[in-house]
Amino acid sequence: MSVKIYIPGDSGAVALGADRLAMRMAEALKARDLDAEIVRNGSRGLYWLEPMVEVETGKGRVAYGPVKASDVDSLIEAGLLEGGDHPLFLGAPQELPFLKRQTRLTFARCGITDPLSLEDYRDHGGLTGLSNAVAMVPEAIVAQVTESGLRGRGGAGFPTGIKWKTVLEAEGEQKYIVCNADEGDSGTFADRMIMEGDPFVLIEGMVIAGIATRATKGYVYLRSEYPHAIRVMNRAVEIARAAGILGNSVLGSDHAFDMEIRVGAGAYVCGEETALLESLEGRRGVVRAKPPLPAHKGFLGRPTVINNVISLASVPVIMDKGADFYRDFGMGRSRGTIPVQIAGNVKHGGLFEAAFGMTLGELVDEIAGGTATGRPVKAVQVGGPLGAYFPRELFDTPFDYEAFAAKDGLIGHAGIVVFDDTADMLKQARFAFEFCAVESCGKCTPCRIGSTRGVEVADKIRAGVEPENQVTLMTDLCNTMKFGSLCALGGFTPYPVMSALTHFPEDFRPAPMSQAAE
Amino acid sequence: MESRSADTEIALRTEAIVGRLKPLEGPLLPILHDIQREFGYVPQASLPVIASGLNLSRAEVHGVVSFYHDYREAPAGRHVIKLCRAEACQSMGGDELAERLLGLLGLDWHETGANGKVTIEPVYCLGLCACAPAAMVDGEVIGRLDAEMVDHLAKAVQA
Repeated sequence: MSVKIYIPGDSGAVALGADRLAMRMAEALKARDLDAEIVRNGSRGLYWLEPMVEVETGKGRVAYGPVKASDVDSLIEAGLLEGGDHPLFLGAPQELPFLKRQTRLTFARCGITDPLSLEDYRDHGGLTGLSNAVAMVPEAIVAQVTESGLRGRGGAGFPTGIKWKTVLEAEGEQKYIVCNADEGDSGTFADRMIMEGDPFVLIEGMVIAGIATRATKGYVYLRSEYPHAIRVMNRAVEIARAAGILGNSVLGSDHAFDMEIRVGAGAYVCGEETALLESLEGRRGVVRAKPPLPAHKGFLGRPTVINNVISLASVPVIMDKGADFYRDFGMGRSRGTIPVQIAGNVKHGGLFEAAFGMTLGELVDEIAGGTATGRPVKAVQVGGPLGAYFPRELFDTPFDYEAFAAKDGLIGHAGIVVFDDTADMLKQARFAFEFCAVESCGKCTPCRIGSTRGVEVADKIRAGVEPENQVTLMTDLCNTMKFGSLCALGGFTPYPVMSALTHFPEDFRPAPMSQAAE
Repeated sequence: MESRSADTEIALRTEAIVGRLKPLEGPLLPILHDIQREFGYVPQASLPVIASGLNLSRAEVHGVVSFYHDYREAPAGRHVIKLCRAEACQSMGGDELAERLLGLLGLDWHETGANGKVTIEPVYCLGLCACAPAAMVDGEVIGRLDAEMVDHLAKAVQA
């Protein structure tokens, strides 16, 4: 039997040379006439070790990393196929502390299986949740998801079961499941990883959502910045259709469900659910006023579930192992696990799925191992470009929707971006406004105009023009944007700005004359 | 004469795309993506054809095309560099690298230069935040970009 060598096809690994490595490995194996098969798996999410190569040996899988194409010959000579020793040898991947400390429910298969092998998917517990769901009445599925405590992982944290119940009870001939895969927040890549590394789990989650709400059609709105994920998802949908997971008779049952992958066109605001629906319908991605809720009048005015990728990808495990199993993880009203994405200036960046309740400090100092530059941590932005900057004094904040809200922050899509002490928080505040100005859909004035005025105010502070008055003005502007904007883009831009201003006021004071003169 | 026949050619090819994708629910974005794939940009001559095919006004189609960052009004350079400008890349010195690259190419964001050889565009997150700074060059992703790689890249795209 040929040995399996795993080289991730995940775009993060590819960005670090995985394609070149795989090509080189194939050549080297052929030249030596060695019997081995290269599998392009997803990433385990340990990006400082990517490309991380794994080999299936008699004693289980062993890992090597980070492997460069130029390491291939020495690896093979060291006995790669038998798990031989080498300076890049890491041992059993699941024993690496970064993985050992995790609780992988949603990402259980990611990095382990061949993403496009249904056989692998089934062998690792896939489709058990859907098999259970097809035998249940919709109300029972909705009840199980509600009892699990699952809340929207896109950032809003709305209970998934309640959303589904609303759609189930809504009148309508045609209902839809729309998956929000417009993962535009900087510091987040969990959606990308699951779509590239375990696409069937998202498909399974969408089919379950369809059965639970009597929706028969699904769309994944996937951002154009993710070409790898688009390719994998399209292929996975074809495979699922051919295998009878999608189609007129889901797994041979009376339920029908089919889905399509739709590609965005580079507009951050389309991550907002109503702008996403507009875009999906073929219009400008302009935010809709709510009500009506998408659950009542969504895609094409019909009842629609819109869920984030991770919310939907967490459903199969809930339907497989039960609501209690999932709910028993977590703290307070934040139940289950959250895939935290550790990014930016960190030694150990990657995906860390754990039960809610870990503190920010544990994640930054212990798991991430501090900064990549070795300098002290100054600020951590949690929750993407609309999330607050947290100083070290708030590192005891546990990962929990309510705990972050209590500190004037948000978990968002659970990306954390670490900055070292060279960060200039006035610059970061200015960027938040600038980003909002670039990406504003233009519908409401506080966001459209406020963002541009915010950039100007930041520039005046930088130039030393009445800085105290400008700070007052900036605070007032943030207040208007927060309470007067139609959606989270304008409404949450004040989070990064005000947190920078509150926690790092020294960066907002005029520079001494000597520097200002430069 | 020549430009009219070019427009007719564009209209014909657009018509084929519209005809094929029209049955979709919400067909406009898929149509525009295919048109951009076909021509490398969204030609003005396509707009009336799309409008009449979908029973929209030309202004509505223009409104959609101009809303999204992805759609181009003119063909891009032979090489397209998308450099991430978002926070995770900033935290790893992305701003300095961006300035360096723009300087080496003598271009500002969204510009095409070196005799049409290269277009440089900002992108707000490629999802490669754990291996920042990141870029995408002609569809290929690159992580942990540094000054040396930027210098090499600038030379390669202008060659």
